Order: sequence, then C-alpha cells, then structure tokens
Amino acid sequence: MKRSNAPIFWLLFGAGGMLSALLGAMLVFITGIAVPLGWPLHGELMSYPRMLGFAQHWLGKGFVFVVIMLFAWHAAHRILCSLHDIGIHKGPAAKAACYGAAVVVTAVAGANLFRLGF
Amino acid sequence: MQGWWRRDPFFVRYMVREATAVAVLVYAVVLTVGAVRLAQGEAAWNGWLAALRSPGSVLLHVVLLVAMVVHAKSWFEIMPKTMPMIVIGGRRLSATTITRSGWAAAVIASIALFAWAAWWRA
Repeated sequence: MKRSNAPIFWLLFGAGGMLSALLGAMLVFITGIAVPLGWPLHGELMSYPRMLGFAQHWLGKGFVFVVIMLFAWHAAHRILCSLHDIGIHKGPAAKAACYGAAVVVTAVAGANLFRLGF
Repeated sequence: MQGWWRRDPFFVRYMVREATAVAVLVYAVVLTVGAVRLAQGEAAWNGWLAALRSPGSVLLHVVLLVAMVVHAKSWFEIMPKTMPMIVIGGRRLSATTITRSGWAAAVIASIALFAWAAWWRA
C-alpha cells in the first residue's frame, strides 16, 4: 500500500490556520497599516537598520520564515480544496499549482532570509 | 453550474469564508517580497516601505485585515468539530467554550504582539 502524504499537508494546514487565526490580523495591521501610516505605531519601526537587525537575529528570522511558510501552505491547501466549488477538478495540475505556489513562496523567503546572514 | 453559490446566502457566506484563504496567501507573498527587498539592500527596502505607504497598499491591507478577522472567526468556529474531544470532570467541553477560548487566545496573542511592537521602538 502506498503511504499517504496527506498528513504532512494537513499538519502544515492546521499549524498555519492556527498561527494566522492567532496573529494574522495583528500582523497585517502592524506591517500594512500602523507602521506605513505612522499611527498608532512609530513610522520608523520598520526602518532598514532595525529590520535588518531583526531578520539577522535567529529568533526574528525564524519567526518571519515560519509565518510566511505556514501562511502559504495553509492557504495553498485550502484554495486547493475550494477549487472544486468553482468547477475546477482537484487533479494533479491543480495540486501542482497550489502546492507549487507554496513551495516557491517558502523557497524564495527562505533563501533571502538566509542570504541576510546571522 | 457556474455561480451556484449565489443562490443562497448560506453558500455566499461559505464562499466568502473560503476566499479569506486567498488573503492569507496574498499576505505571505507581501512578506516574501519584503524579505527579497531587504536582502537587496537599503535602497530596495526603502522602496518597499514607500510602496507600503501608498493609498492602494493601505487599502489592500485594510481588506486583508478584515479577511484575516473573518478567517480567524471561521477557524475558531470549526475548531470544536476538528479537535479531539476533551472531557473535564465527566462532561464534554462544549463547543462554545472551545470557540471562546480560541478567541481569548487570539486577543491575548494580538495584544502581546502589539505591545511588543510598541515597546521595541527604543
């Protein structure tokens, strides 16, 4: 019997769902609204030296990577399951497109975070 | 069968809920672009920050924020159905308790994250 790879995707989906439910809204608010508008947080919060330091620290680097990776895998899995509802068969092509997108996002984020050094 | 879900408000709500997954993906891509720009140096990073300050980007993030809240709401609502049963003192933990605990955890985590961001300005 062929071993199923479903549990791996389920684990990534579940972890991403929980992390985005807990922190997603506040992360979007901080990086996309509060800091760009300079209110209620300081506009310099995401200045180059600060974010470089954040992303070079193993904890900051790890946090950013885990957020990007889990969000991408959670979304990919859920979008794949929804394709059926808009009349697209959940075949090998749909799977490749959804999980492929998650692989690309994970790889690009990982490579660039790694490139920043420690 | 195109547009079948528009026939019933229940299905419309279902599709809106499913669409929030797209917002999660969009935000992951936004952060990934940020990581790429940061690795390219200070000028590239400042360009990304300027892009984030544009009205279009702020509007996009307002939409993403609403979607994230809807996403969290649906996540905590299905949690009692996806979690293993918890029995405390011979009684099964109710679905409402599980959903409310999820919300409480999200509020605490969000306040902690915001407090950290506000404190980190030094």
